[in-house]
Amino acid sequence: MKNVLALPLRPYLAALLTALALMMPSASRAAGFEELVARLPEGGYSDRAQTIDAIARTGDPRAAQLFEALLEGRLHARKADGRVVILVEGAAGATAIDALSGESLGEAPARSTERIKVNNRLRGMLRSAIGALSLTSPDRETRLRAAQSVLKSGDPADIEALDAALSAESDREVAAALAEARAAAILNAKAPVAERRAAVAILAARGDAAAQAALAPHASDPAIVAEVAAALARIERTQRMWGVAQNVWYGLSLGSVLMLAAIGLAITFGVMGVINMAHGELVMLGAYTTFAVQEAIRGSAPWLFDFSLLIAAPLAMLVAGGVGIAIERGIVRHLYGRPLETLLATWGVSLILQQAVRTIFGPNNREVGNPSWMSGAFEIGQMTVTWSRLWILIFALAVFFALLLVLRRSFFGLQMRAVTQDRPMAAEMGIDTGRVDALTFGLGAGIAGLAGVALSQIDNVSPNLGQSYIVDSFMVVVFGGAGNLWGALAGGFGLGVVNKFLEPWTGAVLGKILVLAFIILFIQKRPRGLFALRGRAAEA
Amino acid sequence: MARIIDRRMAIFLAGLFILTVGLPVASSAAAGELAPAYLVSLVGKYLCYALLAVALDLVWGLCGILSLGHGAFFALGGYAMGMHLMRQIGPRGVYGDPVLPDFMVFLNWQELPWFWLGFDSFWFAALMAMAAPGLLAFVFGWFAFRSRVSGVYLSIITQAMTYALMLAFFRNEMGFGGNNGLTDFKEILGLDLTAASTRTGLFAASALALAGGLLIARWIAASKLGRVLVAIRDAEERARFLGYRVEHYKLFVFAVSAVMAGVAGALYVPQVGIINPGEFSPANSIEIVIWVALGGRGTLVGAALGAMLVALAKTLLTAWLPELWLFALGGLFVLVTLWLPRGVLGALEDGLGRLRPARAAAPEEARA
Repeated sequence: MKNVLALPLRPYLAALLTALALMMPSASRAAGFEELVARLPEGGYSDRAQTIDAIARTGDPRAAQLFEALLEGRLHARKADGRVVILVEGAAGATAIDALSGESLGEAPARSTERIKVNNRLRGMLRSAIGALSLTSPDRETRLRAAQSVLKSGDPADIEALDAALSAESDREVAAALAEARAAAILNAKAPVAERRAAVAILAARGDAAAQAALAPHASDPAIVAEVAAALARIERTQRMWGVAQNVWYGLSLGSVLMLAAIGLAITFGVMGVINMAHGELVMLGAYTTFAVQEAIRGSAPWLFDFSLLIAAPLAMLVAGGVGIAIERGIVRHLYGRPLETLLATWGVSLILQQAVRTIFGPNNREVGNPSWMSGAFEIGQMTVTWSRLWILIFALAVFFALLLVLRRSFFGLQMRAVTQDRPMAAEMGIDTGRVDALTFGLGAGIAGLAGVALSQIDNVSPNLGQSYIVDSFMVVVFGGAGNLWGALAGGFGLGVVNKFLEPWTGAVLGKILVLAFIILFIQKRPRGLFALRGRAAEA
Repeated sequence: MARIIDRRMAIFLAGLFILTVGLPVASSAAAGELAPAYLVSLVGKYLCYALLAVALDLVWGLCGILSLGHGAFFALGGYAMGMHLMRQIGPRGVYGDPVLPDFMVFLNWQELPWFWLGFDSFWFAALMAMAAPGLLAFVFGWFAFRSRVSGVYLSIITQAMTYALMLAFFRNEMGFGGNNGLTDFKEILGLDLTAASTRTGLFAASALALAGGLLIARWIAASKLGRVLVAIRDAEERARFLGYRVEHYKLFVFAVSAVMAGVAGALYVPQVGIINPGEFSPANSIEIVIWVALGGRGTLVGAALGAMLVALAKTLLTAWLPELWLFALGGLFVLVTLWLPRGVLGALEDGLGRLRPARAAAPEEARA
């Protein structure tokens, strides 16, 4: 019985004990700290230097803020009681904050306090003390930032602090950053040649622009000239490699967007042979559905915001798919076998949809927010990856494979392929070809709607959204080969990557022009695209 | 000759003649300005559109090539003329440079790029307004038709072509005025562009060009060559197996059509006073198609009528109810393709034919 009760209590007890243990040393330290701070206004500069040194040694977390205020001349002593305060300038005049407790002491009239003066020697001391303090700060990010700032400055005066921080550091990444910062400092100090060589090796391994900047001034140092040259070459290689990787990533990201926009087209154009010029507008409808869902959530249930896209996706698919089925039943159905007329009629539909959206939602861009799990970015090596782009890539691939599965494995997919390949025979076998046509068109349109949900996260949601993707997505389908989902995949990613690799050389616009010219030439060689259908279906 | 000028062509040309003579007279001071003066330039603009529509009808109606890039040929012709008009400004520009157009001075260019040389001569510019689109169409068509790109694939790559050109002309580095295009023209052939007489002259030139374009197109259609083109439209494979070099015929008609579009562009620019890269936009090129489709594909005269009708509707609607214009245009696309496959002219003649069953409709009409 005792044990049963004790079990759930144990973690709380442990936590309590830990908290107590943590408080003890800081409490004893704090006594010294407060005493030292009180001593700051007294004496001359050399006394103050000793006091600052002593404060730095306490390692008290409040020291950093105190030093910064002192450095900026905001640390004052109150004339009335000698209390040390930090002045904060406000609109109505300065207010005083107790330097120790941080409590606000109200307004501080101009002559009621006296500034604690510092000279240049003290300023230098304060700066390195602040750096050293943040090197041992309990916050991991602060330590990392401090290490990076030392790497940038390469100040030999920091070596001691870095050594101290290194011996205390347990986080591997921070330790590496500290070692690299120390290497930069070593290079600047007149350290023995062997040590400097080791430092060069450490920086070379880091291999980014910061390491390059730290190494570059030493390229003519006679003792280590060969090592530095080799290291710089190695850094350049690494950077080039990461540059390529970053370009590939940008390309894949662009490609995923292109593929999403083109994949629905690949169904209507490729499978059904119908040119749907309103495809871009169906994408736009998907984006506006996302906007409408987010507006509704903002108004009635803000806590749902993170799920807004999950709610919007099926809705967008339904809205765009519904409109798609309406287009098919109302217009396209009457124009089968006349592809050019279909093209014109659907272009008309696209104009109507555009103007309808403009009338309902207004001509301006609409704000669609990122849910928290889609905002921000992270780094892989020297490459930045934004979460929204990554999720869109994942989403695009998921849609692609789901669609592939539907076409290959479902009964509907089977019917669809049958109608595509031989319409009269499929009808003979009892397939309702009209229904299959409508559903196929609806499927393509629904996927356009899904693309709209994804695009709303990275592009402006405006009535012109569809227009800006229609030429590109047609290029993807034409390049990849109509009637083939894999073609849309290869076409989308291929064009995306090629575009992003051309951009640094030629600029974005010229790159795009070159890609278009390339496709126009490419289609000469392979008029039916990369993955052309063969056999009877190809002639249809 | 009678084969070329059939009944509807005669009616149209007569109407055009009356318009060309009547409108300037009506708007002149002598007639008490019955029609406002701006109407001359406005209708002149419509006539350029009509010529452009005839050019497209020549390839689409006659030969079945649906080009979604004819706006590009039109714009190229326009740019050639615009470049000449820019050179004509001379030292009267804002910066007063005797040779360089304003935008080049603004971009700190030191000398005229090589492709601007020669445009100070009107005749060279006029030649380039035809040669540039013709050459582009020839090269593009040579690649496209040789490898048998046809149908919607051809439509899409012509659209890509005009889209690529639009992006290119938007760049300042291209040397065509970038975003703003070419504007601020002063005079043509030494005549003040704002003068009523010059405007009337340009209007008459447009009418003449439209009549000439119609006659040339009709002459091509009525010739043996025209018969082959129709054969290619209706059964390309069969025409090929009968021994006709399909790609040569297509290339010829495509290039002729592009030259015609270039002329239309060259006449259009001095009348509207500006040319900018927006003219290359794919939407513009598709709009040309609806002119032709509305008027009656393959009827030539119908295409010209359709262009003027749609342009008039656009002018009126965008002035009165700008919200409605895109609805109307979109609806037009849908209605015409679904219910008026032979266009207004076709429907009209069908109706007349029913009233007088003895007269059969012209046999060479397009049945797409």
